Amino acid sequence: MIIDLRKFIKEEKPYWDELESILDELEKGTGSRLDLTRLKRFHYLYQRTSADLAKFATFSSEPNIRRYVESLVGRAYGEIHETREKPHRLTPLHWFFTSFPRIFRKHIRAFGISFLAMLIGFALGGFAISIDPDAKEALIGFSHLKGDPSERVAKEEDVDEDRIEGRKTSFSSFLMTHNTKVSIFTLALGMTYGIGTIIMLFYNGVILGAIALDYIMAGEAWFLFGWLLPHGSIEIPAILLAGQAGLVLAGALIGWGKPLTLRNRLREVSNDLVTLIFGVAILLVWAGIVEAFFSQYHEPVIPYTVKIGFGAIELFLLAMFLSISGRKKKFA
Amino acid sequence: MSRSKANTLTIRTPEGVVFSMQLAGPVTRFMAWAIDLAAISVISSMLNVIFGIIGFISRDIAMAVGILSYFVVSTGYGIATEWYWQGQTLGKRLLKLRVMDEQGLRLQFSQIVIRNLLRFVDSLPLFYMVGGLACLISRKAQRLGDFAANTVVVWNPSISKPDLDQLLEGKYNSFREYPHIEARLRQCAAPQEAGIALQAIMRRDELEPVARIELFHDIADHFKAVVEFPQEATDGISDEQFIRNVVDALYRTKNQVI
Repeated sequence: MIIDLRKFIKEEKPYWDELESILDELEKGTGSRLDLTRLKRFHYLYQRTSADLAKFATFSSEPNIRRYVESLVGRAYGEIHETREKPHRLTPLHWFFTSFPRIFRKHIRAFGISFLAMLIGFALGGFAISIDPDAKEALIGFSHLKGDPSERVAKEEDVDEDRIEGRKTSFSSFLMTHNTKVSIFTLALGMTYGIGTIIMLFYNGVILGAIALDYIMAGEAWFLFGWLLPHGSIEIPAILLAGQAGLVLAGALIGWGKPLTLRNRLREVSNDLVTLIFGVAILLVWAGIVEAFFSQYHEPVIPYTVKIGFGAIELFLLAMFLSISGRKKKFA
Repeated sequence: MSRSKANTLTIRTPEGVVFSMQLAGPVTRFMAWAIDLAAISVISSMLNVIFGIIGFISRDIAMAVGILSYFVVSTGYGIATEWYWQGQTLGKRLLKLRVMDEQGLRLQFSQIVIRNLLRFVDSLPLFYMVGGLACLISRKAQRLGDFAANTVVVWNPSISKPDLDQLLEGKYNSFREYPHIEARLRQCAAPQEAGIALQAIMRRDELEPVARIELFHDIADHFKAVVEFPQEATDGISDEQFIRNVVDALYRTKNQVI
């Protein structure tokens, strides 16, 4: 009960000001932590201001002061009851070489499902082309891939001038942004309980399988690997990682066997989703550069062995990076 | 935490303190998004002009920078502004909206990223149809991105204090002689009751004469039942004057120290 409002405000205002200054400091995100004495003081001020707010609740006037005190309590509540760690200072190298591969390994089962969905699509796409070559028209969306593989290879290998001269950089940035959009979309489709993500991965697998079998059956396997491996060895795993992120989101929505509420499950995976999708974006930047500046050149400009070797090394390094990087060292 | 009204989210802290936040509806949010879309277009156009200078050196690089900058601006605008302005974009600032954690906790960077990336699904098939429908169906007016990120969008209208000095200036208030009774009135009257009295005084000229007399009579009767004033304070004043005095007692802040 407040008898004399003016006296009450005069007495309490220094405490509100002090609480506000601590909150401003905490919210600036400078990484500074309160020592025990200040932490106790902060908690005391929060409780005192909460009590003031409770007194205002029985008091009809002063909506602005009440709202001000309410906002102070709200902010302090957010600081005190928040159990998630504050984001550290930006440490991109540590994030990329430690957090990213660790998160990948943490959700390895989701990656397995993602890989399986694309693999089944790949097998079905390949199977469809092997029994009915005319299915190519329906399965492959890219017009330049619908023709005869051998004719295309002959044409590509016969070209004297650089076809993408003067537009390599813009082509590269188009590939980066387009593939990143597709990846974000694959992640976002996790909201369909993963069905959309699975369909997306399966569909990409079908296209890939159809193209691969088409070229292999035409005897152009060497060209195919030389053309796809340099960028595909990064780009395809990146899409699989985006699918992994989508399935992690779906897993949190479904929540099999987890004794947590939906809200807490989603809260638990939010940092992991962001780490995965940012990691994917970085991989796709590299894949975009390789696809525009390297993949489009064939024999005799660049021997296929070099291209295949380059792609194989990339794939090996990526596999090593994702499986080993960021592991805790074991002490003897 | 509970939902007390159709468009209100109420949070109760372990200390027993209760906050309520007004949730923003899909129409207001759509308007904020339209403003943001315009902001994105303006920023992209400006960057195009700036990066166009590179075109004199290499058209290819200028185009590449243009493609990348549009992608970064269109995808990163919401993330950057909501992080920098603690839950607000330009559109949200103008319409007094704010993204908040669903439980009133601190908004995390990952929550901002997720709610913005999931726009890719919310904006399907056209004009945020999926997000708009989700917002209408959801109990907390959340689109899919908000649902995944555990966020809500609230409306924070700034309360402008009523100009009581202008309303009550020069009027003698017989209640001021009895500060203890004024204090009791402040304590006993609920915020809703005080609001009714204030609104009645502010809109008095919009009322028909008979309705005006009846309304002030009813409200005065109600307040007389809430707190008993000595006869000398109420003698010879109309019901409307009585309510004026009540409003003055409840809202007076002229000499307040804050």
